[in-house]
Amino acid sequence: MGTKPRTPHDSPKRGEELDRDPLLLPVALDQTTHDAEEAHWTPAKIVLWGAISLLGGLSWVMLAVVRGETVNAIWFVFAAVCTYLIGYRFYSNYIQKHLLRPDDRRATPAEYKADGKDFAATDRRVLFGHHFAAIAGAGPLVGPVLAAQMGYLPGTIWIIVGVVFAGAVQDYLVLFFSMRRGGRSLGQMARDELGKVGGTAALIATLAIMVIIVAILALVVVNALADSPWGVFSVSMTIPIALFMGVYLRFFRPGRVTEISVIGFVLLLAAIIGGGMIADTEWGSTFFAIDPLPLAIGIIVYGFVAAILPVWLLLAPRDYLSTFMKIGTIGMLALAIIVVRPEISAPATSEFVNGGGPVVSGTLFPFLFVTIACGALSGFHALIASGTTPKLIEKERQTRFIGYGGMLMESFVAIMALVAALSIDRGIYFAMNSSPALTGGTVEGAVTFVNSLGLTGVNLTPEMLTETAKNVGEETIVSRTGGAPTLSVGLANIMQQVAGGSGMMAFWYHFAIMFEALFILTAVDAGTRVARFMLQDSLGNFFPKFKNTSWRLGAWVTTGIMVAAWGAVLVMGVTDPLGGINTLFPLFGIANQLLAAIALAVCLAIVAKRGLFTYLWVVALPLTFAAVVTIYASFLKIFSSVPNVGYFAQNRAFSKALDEGLTSFGTAKTVEAMEAVVRNTMVQGILSILFVVLAMIVMVTAAQATWKSYQTHSFGTNEDDAVASQMFAPSGFVATPEEKKLASRWDAQIAQAKLDKARKTPRR
Amino acid sequence: MSFLASVREGAKGFAWFMRGVMGEDAYDKYRAHHESLDEAHEHSIHDPAAVACDRPVMMTEREFWRDQTDRQDVNPQGRCC
Repeated sequence: MGTKPRTPHDSPKRGEELDRDPLLLPVALDQTTHDAEEAHWTPAKIVLWGAISLLGGLSWVMLAVVRGETVNAIWFVFAAVCTYLIGYRFYSNYIQKHLLRPDDRRATPAEYKADGKDFAATDRRVLFGHHFAAIAGAGPLVGPVLAAQMGYLPGTIWIIVGVVFAGAVQDYLVLFFSMRRGGRSLGQMARDELGKVGGTAALIATLAIMVIIVAILALVVVNALADSPWGVFSVSMTIPIALFMGVYLRFFRPGRVTEISVIGFVLLLAAIIGGGMIADTEWGSTFFAIDPLPLAIGIIVYGFVAAILPVWLLLAPRDYLSTFMKIGTIGMLALAIIVVRPEISAPATSEFVNGGGPVVSGTLFPFLFVTIACGALSGFHALIASGTTPKLIEKERQTRFIGYGGMLMESFVAIMALVAALSIDRGIYFAMNSSPALTGGTVEGAVTFVNSLGLTGVNLTPEMLTETAKNVGEETIVSRTGGAPTLSVGLANIMQQVAGGSGMMAFWYHFAIMFEALFILTAVDAGTRVARFMLQDSLGNFFPKFKNTSWRLGAWVTTGIMVAAWGAVLVMGVTDPLGGINTLFPLFGIANQLLAAIALAVCLAIVAKRGLFTYLWVVALPLTFAAVVTIYASFLKIFSSVPNVGYFAQNRAFSKALDEGLTSFGTAKTVEAMEAVVRNTMVQGILSILFVVLAMIVMVTAAQATWKSYQTHSFGTNEDDAVASQMFAPSGFVATPEEKKLASRWDAQIAQAKLDKARKTPRR
Repeated sequence: MSFLASVREGAKGFAWFMRGVMGEDAYDKYRAHHESLDEAHEHSIHDPAAVACDRPVMMTEREFWRDQTDRQDVNPQGRCC
């Protein structure tokens, strides 16, 4: 694609070629019209924004200041939505006006590179749905659940404030800059802006981070499905269902996407109901009750096969199903929370803010901020925002609605997940999320452990655990770590109040498990594919043959390498005597935030090159925060002397125990288990070092590039040349009055042109 | 607008939105793109032969959907966590 070598001085032509013949309809409103519309505060508008601010303020007071026995979930919804609206209306507008300065007279890649396929102008509301479906997955559903250990307030503040100042800003900026570069990827932008060293570091970091993210997502699925015959059956049925959909679309009715998705959805419901029946039978409950390790190996084999099968057979149909479920279930959950309005009895800040919690080890700062990545700030989005979306966008100004707005939507999903997790009894929450190493995996062990934590208001009884397990149709719910089962219990609890009563809880639980598994499996094999192509591209620099992506053997080898990489981390997590997800999840968050730091660092260099130093703080603020959080968290993970926090401290403790000839130490009951801890902590420690070093290289090169622009005042750009647009479309979800006026003139013109054409060409 | 009519409008809008989000309108967009190329061609003052060479032949609906997934084979799209 158009990566012409350019010096910073050689800026693309712009200016007069964007001037449009005044006799033609304008393709953009001019800036003064936008400004006038914005500055025009009608009484109705003032009342509306006054009401939004008041409601938002009141909600925050209810959450943060008022200390009752319980707090109603509706305040979370109001606090979130009002803050989002204010952030979108004012802050994203500020960024648009001063930092990005979109110009609707310029054609977007979807217009000037239009091919009707990859580059195709897409209605902004539809593209919002596409983009949201691509960015939101299991991440925002899992992180907040684990962070609920710290109480409801820290997580809520980080999700809502974080998205306004960090997550949504990153998505918006990356989307805009990629759009200005014909849809170039983050890796390419890093190379263009930061040079060879920074670009290469960014590429390796991205690849390594993808591996860890895929591995930990897979670990979440394994933890949710292990020893759950119902879950294993219904989730594995998604494979034949997807295959059937693929064949149907390929050979019977190509293009009938909604139709087959509805059929697939009905089959999925049947699989959930059937799973319940099968789990009730003698043979079903033994055949489908699979231990974590074989399950992990199954997922690894599946991951390899899925990544080399043609897209039409498995990936594309499952993606349709996953999109369909995503929009449906998230809408449903939002509605249910508003209807049910559960009371939350968790404290605002828990006993564990200073560390010592069984779910996430370490103190609130920095570990809360890496536990909740998706929903507040997610670096992975930078890969999506520099992938498909910029190639489909109609007008430059729409990037705000799609980039910033789309991320606000994901944040809202995270808030709902947090509410669902908080709505279940705290005792049950800790019994589910403490590792089997702590609870022994038994009801009695869990009750003893949770009650020994000395949590205020928590009095767990064995009946509570067995009753809940029975309601959700599982053998046990003790130590179902990873977040997904907890969310599913919360969701089932909320949904059964809307539909079906407690008799339906088992269905809703497995429905939730199913959609989380579906999102994750899609992310796993899409992630493997993307990583494989990145690896092939990099290897191609040394062995040119790898550049040929249709070379079968090369594809298999590179897919094998990627699957082996995440598979190894997955197996490590599954067999970890310390509880797996609890030690690995911080690595997931750190990896994701480091990717965000890399993306923001690239944005920083670009903004500096544009010469906009006054507004550099908009990027520097989230970048600094992400950098401090991740570097500090990595530092603790590497250097902390507390074994539960520092990987190497843990490593030393277990090595020492082995040297002393002990045969059991802490939660590791055998010598092999102790050796496994030594091995795992070493790998995790090395990965931590690798990530943080790579990310620091990128940040340093970005800072250098920024400083150079500041000192030399040599501004330039790697943007594509400006091309004049020939079309108009409104920018936000709802068109403004001026936009409506112009849009209707365009509509009239298009209708007239059709009429003329019909008159000219008589019926043949 | 009567109540029924507005319900119908709403349902139509929802169907349009879902169709778009699921990507079912991909072929319509592709065809519209080709037709606009044809139109531009009719109005063009360039050498018609040269323009015709430049223009790919429009795929049928079946060919298009095949091509779409086959393109994804070599150009994978990430899905986020």
